Amino acid sequence: MKYDVVIIGGGLSGLVAGITLQKAGKRTAIISTGQNALHFFSGTFESLQEPSQRIKDLFLEAGVRVHYNPGVRLTPMGTFKEAALSLEDIDLFPSEKIGKRVLIVNFQGYHDFFSSFLAEGLEKQGMQCRVRFLNLPELERLQQSPSEMRSVQIARTVDPLWEKVVQEVRLLLKDEDTVILPQVFGLADTSVPGRIRQGIPARVVFAGTLPPSVPGVRTQILLRKRYQLLGGTYLMGDEVVRAHVHEGVVHSVATKNLDSHYVEASEAFILSTGSYFSKGLVANPFRVYEPVFGLDVEYKEDRNAWYNPSFAGDQPYMHFGVKASADLLALKDGEPLQNLYVAGSVLGDTHPEFGSAAGQAIQSALFVADKILGL
Amino acid sequence: MKLQEFTSSKHNFEECMKCTVCTAYCPVLQANPLYPGPKQAGPDGERLRLKDPYFFNKALKYCLNCKRCEVACPSGVAVADLIQAARIRYDHTPPKLRDRMLASTDFMGSLARPFAPLVNFGTGLGISKTLLDATLKIDHRRSFPKYSGRSFEGWLKRHRKEQAAFPEQVAYYHGCYVNYNYPQLGKDLVKVLNALGIGVQLLEKEKCCGIALITNGMSATAKKHADHNVAQLRQAVMDKGLKVVTTSSTCTLTLRDEYPNLLGVDNADVRESILMATRLICEKLEQGAQLKFKADYHKKIAYHVPCHLERLGWGVFSERLLRGIPGVEFYLLDSACCGISGTYGFKKENYETSQAIGEALFSQIRALSPDVVACDCETCKWQIEMSTGFQVMNPISILAEALE
Repeated sequence: MKYDVVIIGGGLSGLVAGITLQKAGKRTAIISTGQNALHFFSGTFESLQEPSQRIKDLFLEAGVRVHYNPGVRLTPMGTFKEAALSLEDIDLFPSEKIGKRVLIVNFQGYHDFFSSFLAEGLEKQGMQCRVRFLNLPELERLQQSPSEMRSVQIARTVDPLWEKVVQEVRLLLKDEDTVILPQVFGLADTSVPGRIRQGIPARVVFAGTLPPSVPGVRTQILLRKRYQLLGGTYLMGDEVVRAHVHEGVVHSVATKNLDSHYVEASEAFILSTGSYFSKGLVANPFRVYEPVFGLDVEYKEDRNAWYNPSFAGDQPYMHFGVKASADLLALKDGEPLQNLYVAGSVLGDTHPEFGSAAGQAIQSALFVADKILGL
Repeated sequence: MKLQEFTSSKHNFEECMKCTVCTAYCPVLQANPLYPGPKQAGPDGERLRLKDPYFFNKALKYCLNCKRCEVACPSGVAVADLIQAARIRYDHTPPKLRDRMLASTDFMGSLARPFAPLVNFGTGLGISKTLLDATLKIDHRRSFPKYSGRSFEGWLKRHRKEQAAFPEQVAYYHGCYVNYNYPQLGKDLVKVLNALGIGVQLLEKEKCCGIALITNGMSATAKKHADHNVAQLRQAVMDKGLKVVTTSSTCTLTLRDEYPNLLGVDNADVRESILMATRLICEKLEQGAQLKFKADYHKKIAYHVPCHLERLGWGVFSERLLRGIPGVEFYLLDSACCGISGTYGFKKENYETSQAIGEALFSQIRALSPDVVACDCETCKWQIEMSTGFQVMNPISILAEALE
């Protein structure tokens, strides 16, 4: 199969590059080994400064509502982190003082939302917290199998019942100025979080849950849909098993599902395979490597220097990444491959000018797409 | 120390990192609270089952085997295979008469064919549906596939000579549906391949692929089918040097992947030669072959990628072919399960689950209101036609219709 550009990796950076290239009239395919790190998405883009109109438009056209409001976001542990751009249902606050009295509401039987951690964290900041549980009869079906009562299942059940949720929370509300709910709304209908906010006479904050992240799954679904509507080919659940590289040029790749039916790109390939979770980088006891092309990886020789014994501390291995030229062309044996670009978290922190995490995924993907388009 | 024995198994289960992504894409989990979900039923359960079969949970029978968990898994765990393999290994409940009947698609087909008009009339009657529901627990709301009076095999045998005249040849594994229910699809394939200069021949004697036997607890019989079919495939591939094409996504997945992964039947020497016809046609077109289409063809087509084609990763070929027909307005439906999963949706205890799972797909089809829904799976066709009223055609039949 022949395309103009073939993108290996279907997460945030792969989709952003794919959408941008399709919009510019290129024929592209994305090869994705299963789902991606968007399923763990906090809903905020930590390192993105004032985003360009083009980034806002890209999301808006896909139906992903974002807002730019630099400040701090509430973490599921009741602490705060800096952020600038976020999905519309994730609040960014000017300071850590988000309210005086806080009502934290969870669903009965839902174990992936840590209401007591949240309360503990917020009380340390001088806020008064009260935790209450909601019991909707419609959720009883899910409660039958407690280990499977997860964010996505709850979202599918409660989205159509948002009015009921509003009524129940209003009944629980006493003199609190802030209500915290788990991020389990707006999976299929993105207007639900906004409606809940409007219906409750207090500031409503949606706080993160354990994975899957409902805002993340929603973002993945909407971006993929947009990409496919633009005519892009999304090969889900497939994996590149071999790359055909000759004299510094990638000609085609073979995948597990398409075996001898090679996927060719006439203009460029993009490697956006993510970090360790998505196997964009693989670590074994001896080395850290990039499994598709065997690209050069920046990492420390001494294995003891890979990690920080303090679990919560900054972990050096998280900075490792594939080496790329200033144009983000991948390096192999010290030389850039002529048509293989690298984007997203497979870069690690090797190019700090693109920021980190979700911000880097977007910035580097746009940069690479522009290079391919000759902009 | 034999630690390895207790900590590793086939199907990559130790690669699971408990990320829960699979649970977001399981169609059953949302519709049926009795099902423990792919993570629990698959890798989590496997860890316990390896230590003691006591931990096998009979609720694993609610798994559709749609493989969506495997497609979604970022770590390459064969979640659905783990579940089906556990059912084969630990569930020794003898299958009910109903399940035996539903699973024996070729046997039932050969019984029904000589009396097709009578059988079709009978299964269409309200009274027989009530009876089947009461006696066998086959849900009365379900419409039954019609049987054809003449088999596809018989038809192709009558055309053997003219097919042999084509310079290039392929073998066709037609499956039970084309042979007993809908020979027209087989004839459509012959028309399209002939237009590309390819003649079609039968395998010497194919048997049902056996997927329904596997999912209905009759894996020993399924293995006999697999051994037989692999020998037949070898004859075509190794002795005659032919590729073997198919028009059913589920038969294809079974022949290629379920045989080695679930039944332990080695097919490594023939696996790569078993192709959906859509893939073979795409390959021919890429090599420069051309198809001539009607100038005035116009159709609004909504394409549903069946779960097993999604697992094969080959929906892209049907999509390409359909998009390539001049005058086609093409829509790709959202990736979702229709809910029937072969014989699953016919069972009274699964009917509600089955319809609830398919609802998202049905409402998208109703909203689009296409001229026709395209799909490479026969049971999806029954489900979508029954649940939406829209006609469903195999992409091969659409190609045949659009050809000059």
